[in-house]
This record gives sequence, structure tokens and C-alpha cells, in this order.
Amino acid sequence: MNITEKILARASGRDRVAPDDVIFADVDRVMVHDVSGPGVLKVFERLREQGIPVDRLKDPSKVWVAEDHFVPSADKISAENIVKLSNFTREYGIEKHFRYGMGQYGICHTLSHEEALVLPGQVYVGGDSHTNTTGALGAFACGLGHTDVAYVLLNGRIWFKVPETLYFQINGRLPDHVMAKDLILRIIGEIGTDGGAYRAMQFGGSGVENMSVEGRLTLTNMTTEAGAKNGIIEPDQKVYDYLDGRGAASYTPVHGDGDAEYARVYEYEAEELEPVVAEPFSPANISVVREAPSTPLDKAYIGSCTGAKMEDLEAAARVLKGKTVKIRTEVLPAAISIYKRAADSGLLKIFLDAGAVVGPPTCGACCGAHMGVLAKGEVCISTTNRNFPGRMGHVESRTYLASPQVTAASAVTGRITDPRDLD
Amino acid sequence: MRGGVIKYAQDNIDTDVIIPGMYLKIHDYAELATHAMEGLDPDFHSKVKKGDFVLAGKNFGCGSSREHAPIALAHSGIQAVLALSFARIFYRNAVDGAFLLPIEVDESTYSAISQGDELEIDTATSRIRNITRNETYRMKPFPDIIAKIVAAGGLFKFRPEE
Repeated sequence: MNITEKILARASGRDRVAPDDVIFADVDRVMVHDVSGPGVLKVFERLREQGIPVDRLKDPSKVWVAEDHFVPSADKISAENIVKLSNFTREYGIEKHFRYGMGQYGICHTLSHEEALVLPGQVYVGGDSHTNTTGALGAFACGLGHTDVAYVLLNGRIWFKVPETLYFQINGRLPDHVMAKDLILRIIGEIGTDGGAYRAMQFGGSGVENMSVEGRLTLTNMTTEAGAKNGIIEPDQKVYDYLDGRGAASYTPVHGDGDAEYARVYEYEAEELEPVVAEPFSPANISVVREAPSTPLDKAYIGSCTGAKMEDLEAAARVLKGKTVKIRTEVLPAAISIYKRAADSGLLKIFLDAGAVVGPPTCGACCGAHMGVLAKGEVCISTTNRNFPGRMGHVESRTYLASPQVTAASAVTGRITDPRDLD
Repeated sequence: MRGGVIKYAQDNIDTDVIIPGMYLKIHDYAELATHAMEGLDPDFHSKVKKGDFVLAGKNFGCGSSREHAPIALAHSGIQAVLALSFARIFYRNAVDGAFLLPIEVDESTYSAISQGDELEIDTATSRIRNITRNETYRMKPFPDIIAKIVAAGGLFKFRPEE
């Protein structure tokens, strides 16, 4: 069995599972945020009307709550949703609630690894599609909707069809100007936005071993954009050190067997990769940056669970140091812990000196909700993960997805720019 | 079940156009319905009738996990979405929440059905009858687990031991 199958076999109390088996898996960690939390409460309300008891959760200690999509509160409705979340965690005895304006808070997926909330070998589900992110730590991490998350909260388990696994073998080491984002965009460009649908996408090889944990998290985050059930990477010493540094409890890592089977193996040479962008309106619409159209840009956005981790900010700062931005540029670290490290290490000063605005962690602009949405006809280059019509604002705005380096270089020139071509 | 067809002849209709991100803070189902398909077809709300079907191409509902997407469609009156394929979270949400039926059809069925056609669908026999054209097609049968959850009326009413 491969790592995904072994985790699901353990969680469903079976000796072995195979692709297409339907199982009920015990869930080790559950996450809701300020969109899926109120959505789950609405499900609870409907269950109560049907006489199904919702007075207690199966295990509140396995649950954690983030405030990220509509913070700082965009309006009265989003403010009320935060109050609902607070009432929810108080009423049901959930202790891990990361509150806006009270110490550590941030984008749920970023907290999942920054706070070591999910550990190798676990089954983790969240009320958000990019829950896949945390699979980079060697967990089975999968996004679900409100009904499914409500079911998990009340019953502690959920059904899955065991996915077949696509294995992405990455050889070598990424060049300095190429980031994990370029690699995963290249992969999605090749397999398409449904190329991983219902499947697990596993990454391995020397190219992944050479990659930092944060780089790996970018790979798994974007597996959602290929339709994958989960993205996963077998844990190694880098992961164990990363988690030790964040006070992780004990855990039991899982690795695939020697005879693990994969539905298909793809191979990439890291040295041969180039910086790329995903043009509107699909994460699979890939062009090499040096061949991309020289469309004038209105905005550069460095933010989100995909593109505002510490190393993403460091990479953007290396490009922006001593330069001045030519277009509206926003930098939003993905969690307060990262914001503080970026302040302590002088990155925020580099961004501010370049003329960018630095904002609080939020999903706001990435999903076109608030805090910097795009006007009709505006064009944005962004470190985020989606560029469907209207994703970041008006339905006639356009977003190019890129790495933090490409986004920062483009902020300086006002056009899509390869970081190597910046003076 | 019987209803008219609203056809969108395109692939990858994502949740950002089914219900744009700015409405994710809303959890009133009737209000969500007024914004259904707003990113793709601003007239959807005025033209949809109770019992209608949506027909679309590959990977319908890709993108976010927002359950708002099947909710907005269902509370607009849509009882089933017919598509060449579905993104996994949309599919789960539609079935587990018992909001609407996600029905997979093949390329020839997809091409044969036009905007405005009247269909009668029987999931028990996997048969789709096109009343307008007097034609019959087959839907891809639901996988076993999906058929059971649909029959139960959603995940919370489904008893896995049965």
C-alpha cells in the first residue's frame, strides 16, 4: 500500500484497502473557519428541526477553529459570523480557537502547519477546499463541505472512496529563480484542472527531498486546483524538525510499502523548469513568463495560504529590496507568527520602502470577498491559487497566478516579468 | 422527476461563478438562491423554474468547498445537475446534504439535449427521456454508496450498517 492507502486502512480499522474501496475513516483532526463554521451551524439547525441531536461533539479536543475569510470583519454580517463562531466554540467546549486580534491567528491552512495542529499519519478534514495543503506533513488531508464536516463533528468519522494515487517524481533541485509554485503550476498545466480529480497526488524524489517544508506545502495546496482528493508527501527529517520546532505532540509517521502501487507516475527534472504564470481564467492555462503577454498590470498581490508563508515573503523581499513598485502592491503575511518574523527580520521594511502596503492575514482579496477586490477590467498578478472569472473581484477582472518572485518582479515593472530580467 | 433544461455548453463551471466569494458570509438559503450562477449568467435567477435541470460539460463545480453552490442551485429550484463529470466536493455536498442530484451523462447525451428541452429522469432505471425530442438516453448509474445515500435522503439519514 502507498501512504494514502496505509493511513486510510489504519483509520478504518482494516488490514488493507485498495482504490475504489468505500470506507468509513475515523478522523483525527477537524477544522472550520468563519465561512464553514456558520455553514455547519446552519446544518445543526436543520438537524435539530428533524429531531437529530446536536448538543455535543464527538470529541471537541480534535477540533480547531480559524477566523480568516472575512476578517477584519468586512461588514455587519461577517461580524455576526465571528460572534457565531465564538458562541460555537464556547458552547461546545472547543479550546483551539485562533481569534483575530488576540495573538496568533491567520489563514486556516497556514495555522495547520505553523501551529503543528495536524501531524504525520493523521486523517485531517476541514471545511475548506485547500485543506489538502497539510498533506505535505504526511497526513491524509482533505477538504469537505458543511454537511460532511457537521457529520464528522458529531460522529467522529466520514465515508471516503479510497483514491488511486498519481505519483509525481521530481528529480534534482529547483534553480534559484524557480519556486515550488512554478513546479505545481507546470504540473496542473499538464494534467488539467480535473487531472487529479478524485485521486491522491503524491510528490517524491530528490527534488522534493531538497525542497523546504514550506515549498512542499505549496505543492500540496495546489493539488486542489487539479481536483485532487488529497495531496501528500511522505514525511522525512525536515518535517520532523519543522514540527519539533513548533511543539508537536508525539505522532506515528506512515510511509508507503516497498511494493506500493500508483495509478500513474509522472517525472520532472527540477533543473529544467522555468518561471511560469497561469493566465486567466484557469490555473491550468500556463505560459512561461518570458513568453507571456506584456499586458499592463494594475495590481500585485502577495498573500494567501499558497503564497505568503515565511519563505514566500523572503523570496519577494529579495526581489523588491531597494526597488520601487510601479503598480498597487499588497503584502499580507498568512499568519501573525509569520508577520512577526517578517517584522523582526526586516522584510516588512523592505516592502514598505518599496511602496507596498502591508496588511493583516486574511483570505479576503484572494476570494474576492473584501480587503482589496479588483474593479471591472483590472488585471492582477497574484501568489494565490485560483483565477476563475470573478475570483478576485469583478467578473471582468483578470488574474495571473505566479510565484512570489515573479509577482514581486512584476510589481516593479508593472508587466509580467521574469525575476532574472530585472536590473 | 421532470423539468426543463438550462444548458451551459462549457467545461469547468467553478464555484466562484456558481456563487461568488462575496456571498460566502450569507447562510440564508433563499437569499443565496438569488445570487446563483451570477458570475456566469446574471439572468439565471429570473429564468429558472422550479424543477429545472442544469446541463453542463466536464468538471462541474470545481474550485472551492463552499456548500453554498449546491444550496444556491437547489433553492433556485434546480433538482439535478447533468454534466459530463463533477468536481468531487460539489458532488459530495450535493448528495450528502441531499440538495440536488449530480447526474453524469456521456458526450452523445450531452450533445443531444438542448436548452429548453423537457426531460423526465428516472434514477432507478438510469433512464433520461427527452420529451421534447422523443428520445431516450442513459445516465451513468450512481455508484453503490451514492445510491444508498440518495435513497436515504442524505448522509445523516444513511445507516452504513444496512
